[in-house]
Amino acid sequence: MEPFTVVTGVAAPMMIPNINTDAITPMAAGRSTSVDLGKMMFNNWRYNLDGSEIPEFILNRPPFRQSQILVAGANFGCGSSRERAVWALLRFGIRCVIAPSFADIFRENAYQNGLLPVVIGADDCAALGTALAHAPKDGCEPQITVDLERCVVRLLDGRELSFDVPAERRAALLQGLDEIDVILGMESAIANFQKMDREQHPWIYLDRA
Amino acid sequence: MMSTNTAPQTLVDKIWNRHAIRELSDGSTLIHIDRHFLHDGTSRQAFDGLRRIKRPVRDLNLTFAVVDHILSTLPGRTGESHPPGIERIHALRDNCRQFNVELYDVDSAHQGIAHVIAPELGITLPGCTLVCGDSHTATNGGLGALAWGIGTTEVMHVIAAQALLVRKQKQLRITFSGHIGEGVSSKDMILYFLSRHGVTAGTGCTVEYAGPAIRALPIEARMTICNMSIEFGSRCGIVAPDDVTLQYVANRPFAPKGVMWDRAAADWRSLASDDGATFDREIEFDCNQIGPQVTWGNSPQEAVAIDEALPEPSSVADHDRRQALERAYSYMNLTPGRTMEGVPIDIAFIGSCTNSRLSDLEAAAKVVKGRKVAKGVTALAVPGSMAVKAAAEAKGLDKIFLEAGFEWRNAGCSMCVGSNGDLVPPGKRSISTTNRNFEHRQGPHSRTHLAGPAMVAAAAVSGCITDVRKLLSQN
Ligand code: SF4
Repeated sequence: MEPFTVVTGVAAPMMIPNINTDAITPMAAGRSTSVDLGKMMFNNWRYNLDGSEIPEFILNRPPFRQSQILVAGANFGCGSSRERAVWALLRFGIRCVIAPSFADIFRENAYQNGLLPVVIGADDCAALGTALAHAPKDGCEPQITVDLERCVVRLLDGRELSFDVPAERRAALLQGLDEIDVILGMESAIANFQKMDREQHPWIYLDRA
Repeated sequence: MMSTNTAPQTLVDKIWNRHAIRELSDGSTLIHIDRHFLHDGTSRQAFDGLRRIKRPVRDLNLTFAVVDHILSTLPGRTGESHPPGIERIHALRDNCRQFNVELYDVDSAHQGIAHVIAPELGITLPGCTLVCGDSHTATNGGLGALAWGIGTTEVMHVIAAQALLVRKQKQLRITFSGHIGEGVSSKDMILYFLSRHGVTAGTGCTVEYAGPAIRALPIEARMTICNMSIEFGSRCGIVAPDDVTLQYVANRPFAPKGVMWDRAAADWRSLASDDGATFDREIEFDCNQIGPQVTWGNSPQEAVAIDEALPEPSSVADHDRRQALERAYSYMNLTPGRTMEGVPIDIAFIGSCTNSRLSDLEAAAKVVKGRKVAKGVTALAVPGSMAVKAAAEAKGLDKIFLEAGFEWRNAGCSMCVGSNGDLVPPGKRSISTTNRNFEHRQGPHSRTHLAGPAMVAAAAVSGCITDVRKLLSQN
């Protein structure tokens, strides 16, 4: 996966709680691999039924069309386990989602693909969302920095908020490492486990040939 | 007798410990996966990944595959009946052929929704670990399996290594007490729970469902409860195996037989949480007052009893929550203060991994029998598996549904998520035995009300959402 170190970019506020993976990537919007996931992301919020854009939707408005960061409400990514939701965000250009909390499967999927989920407090998150929403009117770029090397978010006013990431997740993201390599490195332990477990729980090991 | 130096363990501890291959210094554990289910919805890129790292399927004996999400459910269907699904179904077939994975394809008697057929075939066993690239995998927890949904990258990990790196979650026990009344089902129990405790009550937790009201439930009803765990944030929900479980598992095709059965059964009886085992959190939950539930909004926690007034957003203090309620009222075209009784519906859907097993169809048929689907209503009964379909037909349920004006379909996910073309049209209102009432879930601009099978049947024949108990009392 692509490493994540420091990302500076436009951040779009989507302060609705419980944004689910059906909203991010609706099933009915096509499952073919040829569908451009970035284009269909938030399909039902972004487009009318005739395919025209809904101008009010945040990601249809400049400068948020170029967002690299989403700032969202609590429990982001709840619902279906579909990893397409993460792929769609990445394909659109989103590298990081900042929210007060994430659904468990989404967070795992995000880590596996180099999309950084950043948890900050609900009040800080709400304040950041408001500041971003007002930034264009105030004539300033709604741009922030997410620094994984130092584990801080640099806000519009230059203040920094720190966040936590599990050490091994951080290391993997910084270097762009895939977890499968770590797992396959333990193959002999898996084989030994199965040998022993087969004695104790033989009914688990089906013989279907 | 437990030796004195063994601390009391929970059910989840016991299953976890026997599957732990290695603990890593960062706090994660390499966990052995006993059963892996692949399906047409989320496996394709996993196989692509497998090719990239040049690996085979590590344990073909522990790997199963089925086509369920994108497959047409129409009578006489083939894998090609729903054109937008052809590419994915063919990809699954090609991948299974190339990697030698046994696939329950459209013409297999075993075909059905993964979480319905895994228990039904005895693939799911108490005490086993089971994963699938689908968030409702916890359904299998109804049998005492530690089962959870994963993303596609992790699907690839399991195919290649038969193991996953996992962090042990916190443990939550929900103890259900009391009795549920006539016309009330386990779906109502879990919807009511959601309405009281909200959609994040279980985030970061594995849930053990316990207590007399859980013990009193048959296995299929326990599966409905475990199925909805993810709707309050828990990837994994489980019920300790007991005699009811063992009776259910016995003699199923992949279940152990003979001497091996005796050995397994003795082992499974030892899995219950020990007295004095500690949980990170406990919730006590009384089922005595639960009436038939139905959701009104776009989050599964937005459930009310059929005779309960819909909440006033203005009475909600939390700003985000209030906005979410207002948004839901607008999307669902409903007003606060009214009850759900009498809300007209266009579509009634009985199906999905939540409520498509034989007992669900029986509960619905009991209401439908001798009645007609109301004018203007489209009603679908979609068995969760071809085996459920056959069992229902042996009991004559198909005739009851067909005579009433229901469509009687082949097995699959169908209108739960609409990816096979079974869609709720824009602006139409459906009452559905599924698990998610999200905006656009059953199709763009669809409006979904979640309920149990009897309540959906009652709405189908009444043309509007109504209290099933009234109909049952006229039977
Ligand atoms: S029935 Fe619905 S919830 Fe269940 S696996 Fe299929 S799409 Fe998912």
